[in-house]
Amino acid sequence: MRSNGPRLAAIALAIVVIAVLPAIAPSFIVFDFIFVAAYAIAILGLIVLTGMNGQISLGHGAFMALGGYVAAVLAHNAGWPYWIGVPLAAVASGAFGILIGLIALRLAGVYLALATFSLAVATPSFLKHFKSVTGGFGGLSLDTVKAPGWFPLDAQNWLYYVAWAVTGVVFLLSALLVQGKFGRALRALRDNPIAAVSFGVNPYYYKTLAFGWSAVLAGIGGAFLAMATAYVSPDTFTFALSITLLIGAVLGGILTFWGALVGAIVVEFLPFVAQKINAGAPGVVYGVALILMMLFVPDGIVGGLQRLVRGLIGQPQLQPALEPTVPPAASIAVDQPSRE
Amino acid sequence: MHDLAQQIVSGLATGSIFASMALALVLIYRAMGIINFAQGEMAMFTTYIAWQLVQNGMPMWAAFGATVLVAFVGGVALERLVIRPVERAPQLTVVIVTLGLFTAFNGLAGWFWGFIVKSFPTPFPTSPLQLGGVAFSAQDLGVIVVSLVTLGLISLFFQKTKLGLAMRAAALYPEESRMLGIRVGWMLALGWGLAAVVGAISGIMIAPVVFLDPNMMQTVIVYAFAAAVLGGIESPIGAVVGGLILGVGINLLGTYVDAIGNELRLAAALAVIVVVLMVKPAGLFGRATVQRV
Repeated sequence: MRSNGPRLAAIALAIVVIAVLPAIAPSFIVFDFIFVAAYAIAILGLIVLTGMNGQISLGHGAFMALGGYVAAVLAHNAGWPYWIGVPLAAVASGAFGILIGLIALRLAGVYLALATFSLAVATPSFLKHFKSVTGGFGGLSLDTVKAPGWFPLDAQNWLYYVAWAVTGVVFLLSALLVQGKFGRALRALRDNPIAAVSFGVNPYYYKTLAFGWSAVLAGIGGAFLAMATAYVSPDTFTFALSITLLIGAVLGGILTFWGALVGAIVVEFLPFVAQKINAGAPGVVYGVALILMMLFVPDGIVGGLQRLVRGLIGQPQLQPALEPTVPPAASIAVDQPSRE
Repeated sequence: MHDLAQQIVSGLATGSIFASMALALVLIYRAMGIINFAQGEMAMFTTYIAWQLVQNGMPMWAAFGATVLVAFVGGVALERLVIRPVERAPQLTVVIVTLGLFTAFNGLAGWFWGFIVKSFPTPFPTSPLQLGGVAFSAQDLGVIVVSLVTLGLISLFFQKTKLGLAMRAAALYPEESRMLGIRVGWMLALGWGLAAVVGAISGIMIAPVVFLDPNMMQTVIVYAFAAAVLGGIESPIGAVVGGLILGVGINLLGTYVDAIGNELRLAAALAVIVVVLMVKPAGLFGRATVQRV
């Protein structure tokens, strides 16, 4: 049995660091960390869906786009405050996620990847087309979020604390969700769908719900992305955003929630560093890192570190596998129809 | 009527490019069960190489030949170095590795040639050709001819040569082929080489139209996905027919249906992918397979 001590200590440390960061770090770092929060929430959505449930989505940028635009349109056209806009962004994105989840039930494995890839590439063209709502090419600007009177710091710090408070809440909710029956069902459907169904796990219900919750998270992330820049445009939500989320999840560690936090920090800061070499360098670094990670550390930075630490203190190793150690049910079946 | 004929020919031109890219995807999918998400970016990268050669003073068609050679060697090398280690890995791993290639090639092209859009010289005459009283763009006709010749050669190669037969055998019956002495691993690598060649030709054919930039193939690859899915992702004939149908269909829809216009063409491709996968996952020419849950 693993004790909860180290984990609780790590959570406490993370909370303290986030809480005191505005006091110790320069203003632009605080600003960057609002983006880190937005990415962390969205990447968490991808981890729940792809890491825990095995449904490959290459199109989570589309859900971020929906969340961002819902928040932006409500603020821009109706003048509604963000504390109404963000929950509505979550609801809209979640509803769209359930719809895509229902479609995904019929698309096995790599076909889902293909469809969501296409969705992500097509997203900017939707945003450009419905000009009357989305503002077309030019996008929409939002009022910057204002701090309430009792808050002693400036508006940027207020948005920082709001974003991280929401991050904390959604991480907690997600943790509660995947620890119990729901999480077991998700992992069972990923590892051995036939056995899971035989034991009475309803695949339609759990897989659709996973997609919905994952989209809720991406939508919230998108809304915070919109609020941090106070602006949305089709260029914000290109395929590059979707792939950034996947890169964050894979580099951070797609099997653990910590992966979302580490991955978000990586995708926020690595491009700044790499761009100093060349405008094309971030892509090259990401691409090479993705391939090397998959070859040598498939469980990402966090998973790799966990194994390293376990090795150092002499605890038994867990498998560094991305997918189950149990062979998939199909390979047991006799007389597989050969591909022709 | 003239207008319609022109639109159909121009649809066939883009359609033959979708068909070629779709064939490149199908070649790899049939052999290895892998969807190569980097296929479009590989094509883009080789198109930049062709551009660079032309810039350095090489004649267009010589650059074309040299690029095809580079693409072939590059495709084989990629399979050997990057894909082979994950060949038997879980699906998610393989998808992520091809996306890694996607990102790396996109970045490399930006690194070497910048992210600014460049024009690409057309290898065809710029004056229109008169056929039956209708003026057709020589570019469109040239693209159709080059693509069809390429597809024809690929088909001849697979049907008529021993190497082609060995490649088909390796793709469908790897174990049995190995017992007969076929080097299955190298056959798969050759498949990647061929796919890269088809991709490079498509890239050079479409670059004068969409212009050269690191993201030029991202929408093209979505159309190619739609073509492959429509035709049946395991069927080479299906890929070609699917590509042509899609090219003509989308061109006509975009031109004559105002609600679709230019921007929603991509949405139409997305709709084709989703509807075909939901209603008839085997596509027009594929064979239905038994699926586990």
